Amino acid sequence: MSHLPILPILIPMLAGILLLLPPLRTTLTRQRIASLVSAGINLLVAVVLLNQSATGEVAVYAVGDWHPPYGIVLIADRLSALMLLLTAILLFAALLYASAGEDETGRFFYPLMMFQALGINGAFLTGDLFNLFVFFEILLIASYSLLIHGGGKHKTRAAVHYVFLNLVGSAIFLFALGVVYGSIGSLNMADMALRVRELSGAELELAKVGGLLLLVVFGLKAAMLPLQFWLPRTYATAPGPVVALFAILTKVGIYCMMRVHGMIFGDYAGDIADLIQPWLWATAILTIAIGAIGALSSPSLKRLAGHLVIVSVGTLLSALAINTPAAISAALYYAAHSTLAGAALFLVSELISEQRGGALDMIVRSRPVAQPVALGITFFITALALIGMPPFSGFIGKLMVMQSATTMMQMSSTWPTLLIATLFALVAFSRAGSTLFWRATGKNSDNIKVSSTKYAAIWLLLLAAPLMSLFAGPIVEFTAATAAQLDQFAQTPEILLNGGNR
Amino acid sequence: MEMLVALAIGILTASGTFLTLRGRTFPVVLGLTLLAYAVNLFIFSSGRLVIDGAAVLQQGLPVPDPLPQALVLTAIVIGFAMTAFAVILSMRARADLGNDHVDGSIRSQQNDGDQR
Repeated sequence: MSHLPILPILIPMLAGILLLLPPLRTTLTRQRIASLVSAGINLLVAVVLLNQSATGEVAVYAVGDWHPPYGIVLIADRLSALMLLLTAILLFAALLYASAGEDETGRFFYPLMMFQALGINGAFLTGDLFNLFVFFEILLIASYSLLIHGGGKHKTRAAVHYVFLNLVGSAIFLFALGVVYGSIGSLNMADMALRVRELSGAELELAKVGGLLLLVVFGLKAAMLPLQFWLPRTYATAPGPVVALFAILTKVGIYCMMRVHGMIFGDYAGDIADLIQPWLWATAILTIAIGAIGALSSPSLKRLAGHLVIVSVGTLLSALAINTPAAISAALYYAAHSTLAGAALFLVSELISEQRGGALDMIVRSRPVAQPVALGITFFITALALIGMPPFSGFIGKLMVMQSATTMMQMSSTWPTLLIATLFALVAFSRAGSTLFWRATGKNSDNIKVSSTKYAAIWLLLLAAPLMSLFAGPIVEFTAATAAQLDQFAQTPEILLNGGNR
Repeated sequence: MEMLVALAIGILTASGTFLTLRGRTFPVVLGLTLLAYAVNLFIFSSGRLVIDGAAVLQQGLPVPDPLPQALVLTAIVIGFAMTAFAVILSMRARADLGNDHVDGSIRSQQNDGDQR
């Protein structure tokens, strides 16, 4: 079982390559079956990894048996396992949804989805900063192509912005890596965490610059305040199943902040401890505010969903700014909830726009949808979960984030923002829902047949909302243990360096 | 030597940034390329600059850090692929949108004349 940690990288990679080769490439049916099977295996591996990590075991996998700090290591701890499981669920649901017809609109859909998953899984597993850059590029180049899947004017326009912005982001990432390597002298995260404590003078200042440049890069991924403008348009134009998988991309940015800034520039980093926290406070609050205002002004359901993603990023950032184990634990719970519910909302809006003819998902008076009851219930539950209404997971997530604020200053800045943003989301959703479902004119004459596969995919994601509140106890126990483990790594990075010596 | 490398990186970054902020796709792609060159040089120099060092290990001579060289190799390959993608995407955007503006539309004719 010692090769388990590298499987989440190998499975999508091999599946992606095989999908490009003749026996699988020739028919769409074979592609669908093969990719669903490999996504299923990926899901299975993620569950096994989660089980393994839940015991507190940290698997440090030295690639090619080159040991740290020289070789590249993969770290499968609680945090990685949790994020891998989220990705695996999203991938499976997105592929299931796409197999109902979305995959016919362009070529190479399945291989690209697999490569996207490869990049995301790799970014969650790696313990090496440069390797993280490489996996970022893999997931980015797959996302560039997936974004224009199906083609069209709007997609091209959104893709130009997205690609150029991210190319600049990659350049900044490389600058940051150069600065960090030049000053700290290592790229292995655990090794860096040890070395950063002994820095002084000019090198300390350089390391600070590098750490803040990394914040810009991860902030661009996560859609943190001044870097969030690309998100709503990009997510609104991309095809549904693709955006469902993109829902994890903003969390990749948050994850990297937890991992890199939490461990290397975290509480125990000597003179530059808690490097990013002073910057996070203002950006978190303003990110929530701009997302909430954007949600109110959204002309279409997908834009609304995009702005809600920004709100959830802001919420996570505020938890990171509080930066206690309780806050990190709350952030992890909220991240899991908002990823799954957000992905579900994108798929629901895709279904709605299919059934409304020319009006698509615009929030305007138009003809009714073909299945008002089934679609209405699905939309209602998604909305409740995302707003944060009691029976569902959003409520518990927001409550935990709010509870983790302990000092007067923290409470006075996070509580009002979060609650007002919740109110804004409620207003935006009631406006959207009542317009889409009730203010309809005429009749839906088209005979649209919606495949049950699409509903199955959405409900697979949506089931998480009640389940995550039902099993909130064990989940919170797990996230609390994760936060404690992260804190332990930050305090004694030697664990990760010695773990590879097996 | 340090001054020369620093100046080269600085000038490349400055012109790259300037070009990236232009309104049309071609200068932007050029700007991204210049930024990529600047960053490659920068990573290369992060292993400290050594004059008259040994190309391969040799006794008595200073040895440059080999890791940045490996990193630069990776960065060059990725940068190349990304530039190719950006060029193709720009051409596609020109075909799809009917103009070569990054925003996909020409705001005012006057600006348009300036930028040519």
